[in-house]
Amino acid sequence: MEWLLDQLKQTFIEGSRWRYFAQGIGITLEVTVLALLLGVAIGVLVAVVRSAHDSQRGNRKGLGHVLLGILDWVCKLYLTVIRGTPMVVQLLIMWFVVFKWARDDMMLWVASLSFGINSGAYVAEIVRSGIMSIDLGQSEAGRSLGLTYVQTMGYIVIPQAIKNILPALGNELITLLKETSVCGFIGLTDLTKGAMIVQSRTYSAFVPYISLAVIYLVMVLALTGLLNLLERRLRASDRR
Amino acid sequence: MIDVKNLEKAFGGHRVLSGINEHIEKGEKVAVIGPSGSGKSTFLRCLNLLEQPTGGTITFEGVDITDPKTDINKLRTRMGMVFQQFNLFPHLSVLENIRLAPVKLKLMTKEQAGEKALELLKRVGLPDKADAYPKQLSGGQQQRIAIARALAMNPDVMLFDEPTSALDPEMVGEVLEIMRELADDGMTMVVVTHEMGFARSVATRVLFMDEGNIAEQGEPEAFFGNPQHPRLKEFLSKVL
Repeated sequence: MEWLLDQLKQTFIEGSRWRYFAQGIGITLEVTVLALLLGVAIGVLVAVVRSAHDSQRGNRKGLGHVLLGILDWVCKLYLTVIRGTPMVVQLLIMWFVVFKWARDDMMLWVASLSFGINSGAYVAEIVRSGIMSIDLGQSEAGRSLGLTYVQTMGYIVIPQAIKNILPALGNELITLLKETSVCGFIGLTDLTKGAMIVQSRTYSAFVPYISLAVIYLVMVLALTGLLNLLERRLRASDRR
Repeated sequence: MIDVKNLEKAFGGHRVLSGINEHIEKGEKVAVIGPSGSGKSTFLRCLNLLEQPTGGTITFEGVDITDPKTDINKLRTRMGMVFQQFNLFPHLSVLENIRLAPVKLKLMTKEQAGEKALELLKRVGLPDKADAYPKQLSGGQQQRIAIARALAMNPDVMLFDEPTSALDPEMVGEVLEIMRELADDGMTMVVVTHEMGFARSVATRVLFMDEGNIAEQGEPEAFFGNPQHPRLKEFLSKVL
C-alpha cells in the first residue's frame, strides 16, 4: 500500500508529471475530433460517389457518366490502399515522406489529417451500407418531385441513413480514439507518449501504464454514453 | 401533351415494353389496366424517366425528355407522381413532406409553401394533420398526403402508380374520392389501376396492356361494354 502511494506520487506529483497526462489527453482528443470531422466528410463524399455510380443503370452516356466512372475508380483505389495498409505505416509516410518539410508545430495537424484520411475509408463503407438500407422508393419519391440526386441524398436519404448507422459509426469513433495512441511514432506527445515519457523518468512502468489504460477506458465510456444519448434522441422520432 | 413513340424497355435480356406508341392530350384522364407483368407500371415510370427507356422517344410539352441533354429534374417538377407504397418521408412531418421540394427548388418561399401545403391538406380532407408524422397515419391518409405533396409542385400532369393497391379495402374509397375531385378540376391524369369502377367512371380513355404492348384502348363505355381483343375479354371476365 505504501509502495503504491509512493509510486502514485512519483508518477503524478513529483516534477508535476501529471501534466504529461493532462496535455496528452488534450492532444489525443484534439486529434480524434479533427480526424472524426474529416473522416465523416470524406466518408459521406466517397459513399455518395460510390452509391451514385452503383445506382446508375441503363445506357445513358455522356461526360458526366465518364466522370463518375473515374471518380468511382479513384474512390475504390483510396479504399483499397487505406484499408490495406496499417495505420502506423500511413502515419509514418505522411509525416516523414509527404510532409517531410513540415515544422514540428504542424505535427498535430499532419497527424489529424492522417487519421482523418484513414477513418474516412471505414466511414465511407459504413455510410454506404446506410444508404443502401433506405428503401429505393424514398429516393424515387425525391427524384419524382424534381430534386437532384445530391438534394435527394442530402435531404431525404442520408438523414434517415444516419439513424441506421449510428451504432457502427460509434464503433468507428471508439476505434479511432484508441488508434491515436500510435501518435508517438512520429514524436507527437499524445496521452500514450506522455505515459511513456513518465515511465522513462521514474523507471517504473506499473502505475503510468495502468493509469493510461484507465484514462482510455474512462474516455471510451464517456463517449459510449454520449452516443447512447444521441441514439435515444434520434430514435425518439420513431415512436411519435 | 405527352407523345410516346416506339417506347422500348428491357431489363437485361427481358423485354418489358416492346414499341409503345401513345399520345396523351391535355385534360385527358387515362386509365391503364392489364394483368400483372404486362408492363403498365414500367410504362408509367418511363414517362418521368424513373425507368430509363432502352429505345424510342417520349416528348413532354414539346421537349424530348429521352434526349440526354434535357434537364429531367426541371421536367419532373411539372409531372407529379403518386406511388403504390406512398413513399412519404418518415423523418419529416406532413407539412415538411409537402413543402420540401418547392422550397429546396426555390419555387416558393417557406411561408408560401407552408400556406400552399395547408390549403392542399384542406383539399385532401386532412387539415389537422400538418404536424403529424407519416407513421402516425393510416394508409389512406398517407396516400392522400402523398397526393398533396405531388400537387404542391403545381404539376401539369399527375402519374398514379397503382395508388390504392397497398391500401386496406375500407380506405380505397377516400383516396379514389380525392382523385375523382382532381379529375373534375381538369387535371391531366395517367392512372395505372386495378379499380375497374374508377376506370369506368372517371377515365376518359382506358388502355389495356398485355405483354408489353397496348393491346386495346377506347372510351370506357365501349371498352368495358364491347371489348374486342380476346386477352381483354379474358381479363375482364376475371376481374369484373
